[in-house]
Amino acid sequence: MLAKRIIPCLDVRNGEVVKGVQFRNHEVIGAIEPLAERYALEGADELVFYDITASADARVVDKSWVERVARLIDIPFTVAGGISSLQQAQEILALGADKISVNSPALRNPDLINQLVDEFGQQCIVIGIDSFYNAETGQYEVYQFTGDESRTQKTQWQTADWLAEVVARGAGEVVLNCMNQDGVRKGYDIEQLASLRQACPIPLIASGGAGAIEHFVEVFDRADVDGALAASVFHKQIIAIAELKQQLAQAGIPVRQ
Amino acid sequence: MTQLVIVDTACANLSSVRFACERLGVEPVLSNDPAVIKAASHVILPGVGTAKAAMRNLHQLGLVETLQQLTQPVLGICLGMQLLGRWSAEGEVECLGVIDMQTERLQVTDLPLPHMGWNTLNISPEHPLLRDIPDSSWVYFVHSYAVPVGTYTIASCQYQQPFSAIVQHQNFYGAQFHPERSSQIGAQLIQNFLELS
Repeated sequence: MLAKRIIPCLDVRNGEVVKGVQFRNHEVIGAIEPLAERYALEGADELVFYDITASADARVVDKSWVERVARLIDIPFTVAGGISSLQQAQEILALGADKISVNSPALRNPDLINQLVDEFGQQCIVIGIDSFYNAETGQYEVYQFTGDESRTQKTQWQTADWLAEVVARGAGEVVLNCMNQDGVRKGYDIEQLASLRQACPIPLIASGGAGAIEHFVEVFDRADVDGALAASVFHKQIIAIAELKQQLAQAGIPVRQ
Repeated sequence: MTQLVIVDTACANLSSVRFACERLGVEPVLSNDPAVIKAASHVILPGVGTAKAAMRNLHQLGLVETLQQLTQPVLGICLGMQLLGRWSAEGEVECLGVIDMQTERLQVTDLPLPHMGWNTLNISPEHPLLRDIPDSSWVYFVHSYAVPVGTYTIASCQYQQPFSAIVQHQNFYGAQFHPERSSQIGAQLIQNFLELS
C-alpha cells in the first residue's frame, strides 16, 4: 500500500536553513547538510528545499549544496526557488535533485509548466501554490513572490482555478501552502485541502500549519492528502518523526516505518 | 573486478544513481560509447522522461544493438526497466525487447497518478538480487506506466492493480522503483546487483 509521506521542508536562504512566521521574520535554524542527513536517518520520506529568496530576487538557487545533498542522502528530494527556465531546471536535476518545484515563475508564464513536463517528464515537475484565505471575500487567492514580504503580491487567480490549470498543463504533483496557517502551528487548513483534493488527480501535498501530531492524523484522515509538509515542528524537535509515524500507524494511516 | 558503467542516455538524471553507487564504494563510469559499455562487468540503464524520447536517444547514440547484445548483468531503473521490454504504451514505441514484457499505463479510478511515493514489495521466490531484502520492504516509486506481472516478475507491487516491481530474464534485470532513492533497501539491491556475475 502506498504510504502517506512525511516531508520536512527546509527553507534555505544564503546557504542556511531558516524559518519565518507567516513568511516573515526569518530566523536561522542551521546548516543544510546536517539537518538533511538527520531527517533522512530519522525516517523522513522525502525532503523539500525552498530557496525562499530566489524568486523575489530574480536569481536561481545557489547550486553547490544541491549536489552535496544528493551525495549525502538516499531519499528523494525536491528543490524549489526561482527556477524559471528549462536550462535552470536541467542544472538542478543534473546535480541530483529528484524533482523541481516551480511557483511564481509558473504564474508569470504558465507555458513553462508544459515545457518542463515535455522536457523532463511529469514525474519531476512539482508546482507550489501559495494560497491565502481572504476572510472579506470568502475566497482563496493565489499569491506570488511570497519569499520576500515587500514583494509578495496577490495574483488574479483563485486557488481552485489555478490548481485546475496546472493539472491540465501536466504537473506531476502540487504542494498547497495555506498562507494563513503557515508557521503558526494550529493545524492544516483541512477544509481547503479536502475541497481541493476532490479536484486534484495528481499527488497533493499539504503545507502550512503543522504544530502537533494530531494535525498530521487529521490532514491524512480528513483531507486524504498524499503527503504532509512541515518545517518548524521538525527543526525545533517539537515532533520526532519516528513517534509521529508510530501514532499515524496506530491511527490506521499507512506509513513507512 | 567490478567495472560499472552507467549508460548516459542523454535524458536521464544520472547523478543520483552515480552517487548511490559511490556511497557503496564503487566508482562508476558514465558513458555512451559502445566499446566502454561492452567492456563493463555491470551495466546500469537509468531513465527518466518518456519511453519515446529515451528510445529516440538510444537510436541516435547507436546503442540499441549494443544494449541488446550485452551478456553481463544489466540493471534497468524505472524507465530504464521499461525499455528492456518489447513495447511501451508511453508513446507507443518499440523498445529493446530483451525481456518479453510490455509497458502499459497504470489504470486507476480514485487514486492519484503518477504513483508517487513509498510502497511495498511483494517478494515470492528467493533470488540473488533480493538477498537480505525482506518481503514487504518499502521502496520509492515515481511512474504512471508499469509492466504487468508475468513470468519475468521476481517482485511485485500493488497500486489498485498489481504490477512488476522487479523483473529478470537471463542477464537483464529491472527495477520499476528507484533503488538510488530507496534508503537502505535500495542500497542493498544495488549491492546485490554488483555482486551478480
